[in-house]
Amino acid sequence: MASDRIDPGFRALPLEAMADAALGRARELGAQHADVRVEQIVSQEIELRDGTVTGVSDSTTLGLAVRVIVDGVWGFASHVELTPARAAATAERAVQVARTLAPVAKERVERADEPVHAGAVWVSKYRIDPFTVPTREKVELLTEWSQRLLAADGIDHVRAGVAQVRENKFYADLTGTSTIQQRVRIAPTFDATSVDRASGGFESMRTIAPPTGRGWEYLTGEGWDWDAELATVPELLAEKIKAPSVVAGAYDLVIDPTNLWLTIHESVGHATEYDRAIGYEAAYAGTSFATPDKLGTLRYGSEVMHVTGDRTVPHGLATVGFDDDGVATSEWDLVRAGVLVGYQLDRTFATRLGLERSNGCAYADSPHHVPIQRMANVSLRPDPVQDTSTDELIAGVERGIYVVGDRSWSIDMQRYNFQFTGQRFYSIENGKLAGQLRDVAYQATTTDFWGSMDAVGGPSTWVLHGAMNCGKAQPGQIAPVSHGCPSARFRGVNVLNTQEEAQ
Amino acid sequence: MRAQEVVERTLAAATHLHGCVVLVRESSEAVLRWANSTMTTNGHTTSGRVTVIAMVAGEGGTAAGVVSSSASITDVAQLDALVRAAEAAARDAGPARDATALVEPSTSDSGWDEPAVETSIGVFGTFADGLAEVLAGPQRQYGFASHDITTTWLGTSSGLRRRWVQPTGSVELNAKTPDLGSSAWTGASTTDFADIDVVALAAEAGRRLEWGRRKIELPAGRYETLLPPAAVADLMIDLMWSMTGRPAQEGRSAFAGKVGERLTDLPLTLVSDPAAKGLETEPFLTTSASEDGVSVFDNGVPTRAVEWVREGVVNELTYSRAEAAEFGTSFTPGGDNVLLTGGSTATGQEMVASTGRGLLLTCLWYIRVVDPATLLVTGLTRDGVYLVEGGEVVAEVDHNFRFNYSLLDVLRRAGEVGATERTLPREWKDWFTRAAMPHVRVPEFNMSSVSLGR
Repeated sequence: MASDRIDPGFRALPLEAMADAALGRARELGAQHADVRVEQIVSQEIELRDGTVTGVSDSTTLGLAVRVIVDGVWGFASHVELTPARAAATAERAVQVARTLAPVAKERVERADEPVHAGAVWVSKYRIDPFTVPTREKVELLTEWSQRLLAADGIDHVRAGVAQVRENKFYADLTGTSTIQQRVRIAPTFDATSVDRASGGFESMRTIAPPTGRGWEYLTGEGWDWDAELATVPELLAEKIKAPSVVAGAYDLVIDPTNLWLTIHESVGHATEYDRAIGYEAAYAGTSFATPDKLGTLRYGSEVMHVTGDRTVPHGLATVGFDDDGVATSEWDLVRAGVLVGYQLDRTFATRLGLERSNGCAYADSPHHVPIQRMANVSLRPDPVQDTSTDELIAGVERGIYVVGDRSWSIDMQRYNFQFTGQRFYSIENGKLAGQLRDVAYQATTTDFWGSMDAVGGPSTWVLHGAMNCGKAQPGQIAPVSHGCPSARFRGVNVLNTQEEAQ
Repeated sequence: MRAQEVVERTLAAATHLHGCVVLVRESSEAVLRWANSTMTTNGHTTSGRVTVIAMVAGEGGTAAGVVSSSASITDVAQLDALVRAAEAAARDAGPARDATALVEPSTSDSGWDEPAVETSIGVFGTFADGLAEVLAGPQRQYGFASHDITTTWLGTSSGLRRRWVQPTGSVELNAKTPDLGSSAWTGASTTDFADIDVVALAAEAGRRLEWGRRKIELPAGRYETLLPPAAVADLMIDLMWSMTGRPAQEGRSAFAGKVGERLTDLPLTLVSDPAAKGLETEPFLTTSASEDGVSVFDNGVPTRAVEWVREGVVNELTYSRAEAAEFGTSFTPGGDNVLLTGGSTATGQEMVASTGRGLLLTCLWYIRVVDPATLLVTGLTRDGVYLVEGGEVVAEVDHNFRFNYSLLDVLRRAGEVGATERTLPREWKDWFTRAAMPHVRVPEFNMSSVSLGR
């Protein structure tokens, strides 16, 4: 039973009683819509430097939020006290906020309908809740990782750590929808640094493992081969240090999923957020070149570009059963055959775009924040016909670079001009890898870049990567999100030499 | 439960430990947000957090564990549970390299017994009136105003009791022409909004939109560039954040061997000063995590003015007390405000007037370190790049630029530095608002490529 897996401490809260109290009060006060969200977010971070713990910190965030629509105007209020009486009082405050704002609110909220989901329970796909594993065991594992790296030739300093989160959400609204959910995510990291005292230089290399919606089993080998990576990073770093500096110019790139996920996140994920596209984030996160008037016509990339949004992929960081609007999640197309065909939406924006149903992107990072439209897992589909390998993509390049792992990233406010570096760059000569290169950054305009993609790898090259802390909105909210993609090949991309750029 | 009672009861539950630190923070925040000339999300929220740091003596040394909770404290049993959890975390962590004796009390705050200071939506009283006038104007308006007051109580098992009230306020105004062809930005930081004239801020943005009546396209390349205070602030904050002692001592930082090195012949001083007028920050250190340069064992240690760069020379890097002892130097806390001084008395307008041909920027965005060894950063210009010719703004550049430039070179290559003024760092504003910076003229700023984003 999924409900048996929900944290007993969360289940023991008077969830239904708080919901009844808040929703009843909101209805009495004239709200047309009301929803209650109770959240418990438990997190732990463990950090080690050179094999010694620098910090173990546990934190809990608890609270309830009530959101109402009164005469077409939103009201929101939250509180830390979890009692039915406080829930009712919070509903009163939310209604008061809506009535106060009514005179200055130019727009009246209209929302897409959603079927009622009564008594739904959803738990993410993990095996071992990290909060059931003794901290000492976690520290021992990370210490052992650190020592393995420190014992290798040429490694002077090592950082290792793990962040873990268990998020519980209870949602209920006036239509009768009531959901209780639990999801777990984990982000192990390590990086190794080599210092050359003689030259005054230093270089580092980080794990290319993704953060993921899995439990502690991830650190013991389920979903990633840590032993293999820990064994190879020292020699890869040594090779990188000795590698020649890249000659700036146009190159064909084969980009590994461990790097391409971030380019997708920045240049497609954020650009297809509907709230950005209509100006809601203009003063902060920015807008989008992919505006709604171009829906169905904008040539985003080449024919082989097929990008989906979803909140359903197993182990996805944005994956959840129901969003913070009470909408059952799904998968849909954002870019099909290279053309912009969809956006990420909540119930309000679905109506604006003329759709009958939201695709479930409402999310708040805390009980004290208003749900906003946040990023779904935005992923590039692999080749549907043949299982092209990364080696085969490389074989089709005469002079190019194979890019592995993400590092530095930056993109403009309309998601047009970007620049990325990576963990490792390999020279490609006549279809074969020919050793590492240093000082590489690739820079492009979004539509040129995706337009230059002439091949995508097959399903066997596909990796689900992602980020724990994507930022948006004012006041700022963070969100976890995954991006799946195959290896892919891009023709004639501008490559910079970062040493020359610093001159 | 009152914050002071939370501190005392938690410490009472922790007397069996080697040491204990309790941090109670209570915050209230009022926000206004607008887009497309209409209010979008406004609100007033309150939140609190109790952090317990347990110090446990064991074989091989003292260990620390940190536990925090935002739950409202209604029962002393919750505090006992936090102490037990922090103690367990410390035992599992093992001996800490930064273990040091907790600081003894030397001063007391007369306000210890006072309740939290709260802000309310009322802080925007006259500001809201001005904003209504701005939103009714001809331009499309986007922006955000926030006011936060956080009261912190710090108590330690060594007898220290300190309280600090930190107000943080800022406003950002982004104005666009109705056709969205031009975009301008102004921003300001404040403690209480009494000094914010939103109509004047909007007028300044409007003046910049006027500059956009004439548009010009320019290729990528190296340009003489006037960096305004908001842009300089973002770059200097990034620079300051990289000035950490341990990585430099260990050879894994651009500052390895750099203390004492002269960056510029201009007498520029980059300083974080807790007592800087109008930009005041905590007079004692509080932290819930140890990392390079900062230690949980240092909670309560008095902060001080730190001159990162002194009259053009790299001067200080951050060290916790334990690191200072390890490396034979002095305790150097990080800063929550930053000022760059030592320039001339020239205003931005005067520096424009003395420019033959160059670019005047508004602010920078999406700044990220590309190479930690050279402190090369990349980023974008945002909301207005203007061409100056013969001492006057003659056009708006019809696009933005991506730049690549070393943070150190901003000081090393600064040709002219003007008068220091209070500003708002746009990129880092969510974490850092208290800055005073001059205009800086850089002779060959590297505009690496054209960005079509507006």
